[in-house]
Amino acid sequence: MIKLLSSWRLLLPLALCLAALGAHAGEAAPAVQDPALEKRVMAIAAELRCLVCQNQTIADSNAELAVDLRNQVREMLRKGQSQEDIVAYMTARYGDFVLYRPPLKQSTALLWFGPAALLIGAIVVLIVSLRRRARLPDDQFEPDSELPEDPAAAPARPAP
Amino acid sequence: MKSLKFLIPLALFAVLALFLGAGLNLNPREVPSPLIGKPAPEFKLPQLHDASATVSRQDLMGQVWILNVWASWCVACREEHPLMVEYARRKTVPIYGLNYKDTREAGLQWLARLGNPYVASLFDFDGKLGIDFGVYGVPETFVIDRQGVIRYKHIGPVTPEVLREKIEPLVKSLQS
Repeated sequence: MIKLLSSWRLLLPLALCLAALGAHAGEAAPAVQDPALEKRVMAIAAELRCLVCQNQTIADSNAELAVDLRNQVREMLRKGQSQEDIVAYMTARYGDFVLYRPPLKQSTALLWFGPAALLIGAIVVLIVSLRRRARLPDDQFEPDSELPEDPAAAPARPAP
Repeated sequence: MKSLKFLIPLALFAVLALFLGAGLNLNPREVPSPLIGKPAPEFKLPQLHDASATVSRQDLMGQVWILNVWASWCVACREEHPLMVEYARRKTVPIYGLNYKDTREAGLQWLARLGNPYVASLFDFDGKLGIDFGVYGVPETFVIDRQGVIRYKHIGPVTPEVLREKIEPLVKSLQS
């Protein structure tokens, strides 16, 4: 089972990438025809994750699916559909995972606010412990034996 | 109480290790499909074997059916294919193929050589229906109920375990 899965995982992207080599040659043409449209296509594509090569956007990826999805974006823009329409179309099929910027939802709240909450929590703990320490009398601290004796401070100390 | 304070970093480390360990065991390719529980997309596509005959979503309403996305260029499809052939032979549920981004000739040859488990294969040359089904890694397998709602999706080759433990029980419960 593991062997089957791992060989499939290795081979599939390879197959798609090889297939993409062929497909890509044919895709370059429309870019020149309408640079303004192409710019919008790429702007939207840069927000969408390629599900084949998951750490790339569909603007960066040459996987065949990414090429197809760019074509889909281009076609929808030509039909006059808005960026919201296109994003809704993609999430209906591939889920929120296609969005490089996950939407703010109950299920993603931890993702959005977690780091800030951790930072604030850590700062609160730091302030509380520093204040508590400042209120402690001197004899709660170990003397700095490493430092040379300061003659000016010496009379303040109780004689041993 | 104070003497146990030195254990705090160790406890924190254990929690962190647990989370990271769980993360390592997740498969990032298994993206939950938003299509589960939603109606299957509308389609009307020519058949692989006969360009003049079509299959539409409407034709398949009223029965539980399986959609298996495959292509002749897909290496992993070859791995799962004998299982599909065997499953089709039991005639418990009709299996339809979605021949994804393939050529007619290569697709037909592939089926002739490895066996044809499909009642019919939809010929999706440009991958449009694949996009509607949220396909991103062939092979993929969908279970669709009588009302045309997608009930299950499996990404990657179906294994005997997945067939026995997931697909077969689901099909049986949907049919009863």
